Amino acid sequence: MTDGATSPAEAGAAAVADLLRRHGEQIAQRWADLPFFQTVFTITRDEAVEACHAVVDSLAAVAESGRVDDLEAVGFRSIREQIVAMTASRARSGLSTAQVDREVGALREAASELLAADASAPGAEEAAETRVQLLTLFATLRVLVVDTMLQENQEIVLRQRQQLLEMATPVIKLWDRLVAVPLIGMLDSARSQVVMENLLEAIVEHKATIAILDITGVSTVDSLVAHHLMKTVASARLMGAECVISGIRPAIAQTIVQLGLDLGPVTTRASLADALEWALERREYKELPSRGNP
Amino acid sequence: MTSPSTIPVLDLGGLLLVSIQGELPDESAIALQEDVTAAVANTGSRGLIIDISTLDVVDSFLARVLAEVAASSRLLAARTVLVGMRPSVAITLVELGLTLPGMDTARTVTEAAASFGVTIEQADRTGRGTP
Repeated sequence: MTDGATSPAEAGAAAVADLLRRHGEQIAQRWADLPFFQTVFTITRDEAVEACHAVVDSLAAVAESGRVDDLEAVGFRSIREQIVAMTASRARSGLSTAQVDREVGALREAASELLAADASAPGAEEAAETRVQLLTLFATLRVLVVDTMLQENQEIVLRQRQQLLEMATPVIKLWDRLVAVPLIGMLDSARSQVVMENLLEAIVEHKATIAILDITGVSTVDSLVAHHLMKTVASARLMGAECVISGIRPAIAQTIVQLGLDLGPVTTRASLADALEWALERREYKELPSRGNP
Repeated sequence: MTSPSTIPVLDLGGLLLVSIQGELPDESAIALQEDVTAAVANTGSRGLIIDISTLDVVDSFLARVLAEVAASSRLLAARTVLVGMRPSVAITLVELGLTLPGMDTARTVTEAAASFGVTIEQADRTGRGTP
């Protein structure tokens, strides 16, 4: 121990920083051949070496600051962007989080072998402490990678959910003042809310007097889905449009009856064709005298 | 006796038209209820059309007033049609459980009138030569 004020941990961290600084070139050369860097920087090897240097330097900076277990350390912040780009690239080529984690774990070996071979290593106790600090540093790097990967996945999920919401609820104008919504997939609260809003907006836009809700593509109808459908029908009626639910398959009809769901005054038809026929008849009956040919 | 509401009840020859515009305080709503019921009784109309297309908000009180207007009009042999409700208002009322089962609804005043068998000719059609 050279200085009484520094703890063994700090001394170890300083030794790690020193090691990384001295052998930066060697480590970078070895890392450049590892799959984590090699597969991302495919154009030239120099590019990979340069990227490795950036990572080694920032790891050394982290070790110097003594915060080897702190994800928010200044050193980590500078390579975060690079790590994000690299992990995103690995994830896009189909690797799971565990596989990427293993690749990052492989980076540690180069550094620990150098540490073992380092002639300047002092007494056994200091060497052990240095080793612990080095392991911690690389463990933190792995956490950083896994963290960025999870964030990346989270963003993908959010984006896809948004796309699904937009894609899954088209409102189609079938005829003059007649709109239809083909519902597909699972209906949860969020989606049925979007369906309801879109349908009601379309009723205003197309001056629709009749709306067809087609549930041919809805996989399951439970009491919650039925409740959402009833609410949509009730809202449309308040706005002055009639609703008919079509596409009730035999199995779904049985489910509705077995669950004891009361669809009440809602008009239902077996197929979209039947609903269209009903709507056109209904429209003729309600036809405004001024609209028809004289 | 409450003061008369500022909302006019228009008599279109057998049909009454009420167009509610802007915010409607509770007292005005009650006054409107009395005015409309009196007008239905005095004119012997068959139909009452209430246009709420300019309303952004319909609270539970106004919804109850509308339902009561419809119920009392029915006692006086007039059918009530609610016209032009906005999507957001419809969603809110349904969430509140106020589906107004005693009232008929329509998209526009023209359609509401048509449901009573009364034709409102569109102005631009009269000049086109079609009879």
